[in-house]
Amino acid sequence: MSIRGKAYIAGAYEHPERKIPNKSISQVHAEVAVGALADAGLALSDVDAYFCAGDAPGFGPISMADYLGLTKLTYTDSTETGGSSYVAHVGHAAAAIAEGKCRVALITLAGLPRSQPVPRPSASSLAPEAGFEQPFGPTTVSMYALAARRHMHEYGTTSAQLAAIKVAASEHAQHNPHAMLPKPVTVAEVLDSPMISDPLHRLDCCVISDGGGALVVVAPEIAAALPRQTVKVLGHGESPKLTSGGRIDLTHTGAVWSGPRAFEEAGVTPGDVDYASIYDSFTITVLQTIEDLGFCEKGKGGAFVADGALVAPDGRLPFNTDGGGLCNNHPVNRGGMTKVIEAVRQLRGEANAPVQVPDCGIAVVNGNGGSLGTRSAAATLILGREDA
Amino acid sequence: MTTPAAPAPQPLPTPAPPVNPETQEFWAATAQGRLLVKQCADCDSLIWYPRAICPQCGSLHTDWLQVSGRGRIYSYSVNYRGEGAYQAAAPFVLAYVELDEGPRVMTNIVEADGADLAVDLPVEVVFHDTGDGAALPRFRPLRS
Repeated sequence: MSIRGKAYIAGAYEHPERKIPNKSISQVHAEVAVGALADAGLALSDVDAYFCAGDAPGFGPISMADYLGLTKLTYTDSTETGGSSYVAHVGHAAAAIAEGKCRVALITLAGLPRSQPVPRPSASSLAPEAGFEQPFGPTTVSMYALAARRHMHEYGTTSAQLAAIKVAASEHAQHNPHAMLPKPVTVAEVLDSPMISDPLHRLDCCVISDGGGALVVVAPEIAAALPRQTVKVLGHGESPKLTSGGRIDLTHTGAVWSGPRAFEEAGVTPGDVDYASIYDSFTITVLQTIEDLGFCEKGKGGAFVADGALVAPDGRLPFNTDGGGLCNNHPVNRGGMTKVIEAVRQLRGEANAPVQVPDCGIAVVNGNGGSLGTRSAAATLILGREDA
Repeated sequence: MTTPAAPAPQPLPTPAPPVNPETQEFWAATAQGRLLVKQCADCDSLIWYPRAICPQCGSLHTDWLQVSGRGRIYSYSVNYRGEGAYQAAAPFVLAYVELDEGPRVMTNIVEADGADLAVDLPVEVVFHDTGDGAALPRFRPLRS
């Protein structure tokens, strides 16, 4: 069974704040839930399916469902694949709607890592890999740095090419009044920023921000009755990418598998894509994903991004027009939610005017969770304008 | 690039690994200066990290195999921002070493300046005692 056209995104809401010192995490979940439902023209009482991931306080989906007063649920899902969770949730919601299990699915993300920093939950000492990785002091940045170094070794990718990704994101962020880092930067400024974990500089890294976002995915008959323009779910794919018993390959992501599945289900090709939301935890994440989704040959990502291809509205592949995690917002260190939200804006024609892609009809969204330096999970969505 | 000014780095910490019945023999061997991997008794695959199941063929029959402790750097990063016990040790080197026998293992490169490292550099294992009946397998540039 295909989910193509079986579900629509009717509501999307990004929390406007980037530092939220005086609210609880649950409270921010509530604000984005109400915001997305209001955007859709629906209410909490209409929701019959709830999706959340590891950022939701409490016990799986149950604590938040109780807190929000979601009393009509017929379907819950707490798939946890880090930053790609929310991209996967849209696919899961569409499949559940297509099967008749529910009709109005709410997905929420919220957190306060900036105002209420807690020690990063390191991998549990019960994880089977724990003894063979954690004692060596891996950090998030250094593990992505391992991926960047290997990609450089195999394909000649340069730090300046990676920097071009940050530059494009910063060009977009200047038009976003909510962006944490709204000032455009140059390749030289990226290369001059402090080295965090060689070869990744500070400006190769995403921001840390409070905030959140929510989505409402609905059945076609509900979409048709709503006043707002909706976005059609065309295809979905996901795939973990593993260390393969000691055969880890640091040069690609799980999008080499999730991407083709999503494109096939949608019946479109990379050449049909007008806009791309690509999780940008680090510049290297974007570079590998662009290759993996088939926008260029493996290993040619550096050349692809270096000539302004990612800059909206006129580049070959306008990406992350809100400024992405590199410049705008990265709530709870989980970038998938905001990636879907910006794709919805583009397909509705509601992106910030200077970066709105003209006649945007097809968008790809890619999330990646976990670590490119060890094990991760990719999720890819193909979305279309309501009339796609 | 600018490199953050920092006090002289402290020696790398040697945190005790979590040990369980599945990995006890591995860690006991490290205390004796021996590096083990698992090998599948059915498909002969070498398996890293060590575990009771072969992720290549699904066999539950796996045996310990002592390896040479030599390999080459598959990838590495000089990390200027250690966390937790590693904060004071920065800059330090996180790496994957591809063992001569095949598996790629996460580790630290020690006894070397970050500027002298390169992918494919030959390395050999050294064991850093955790004081807890186990030693961490780290690697240094090959000396012989």
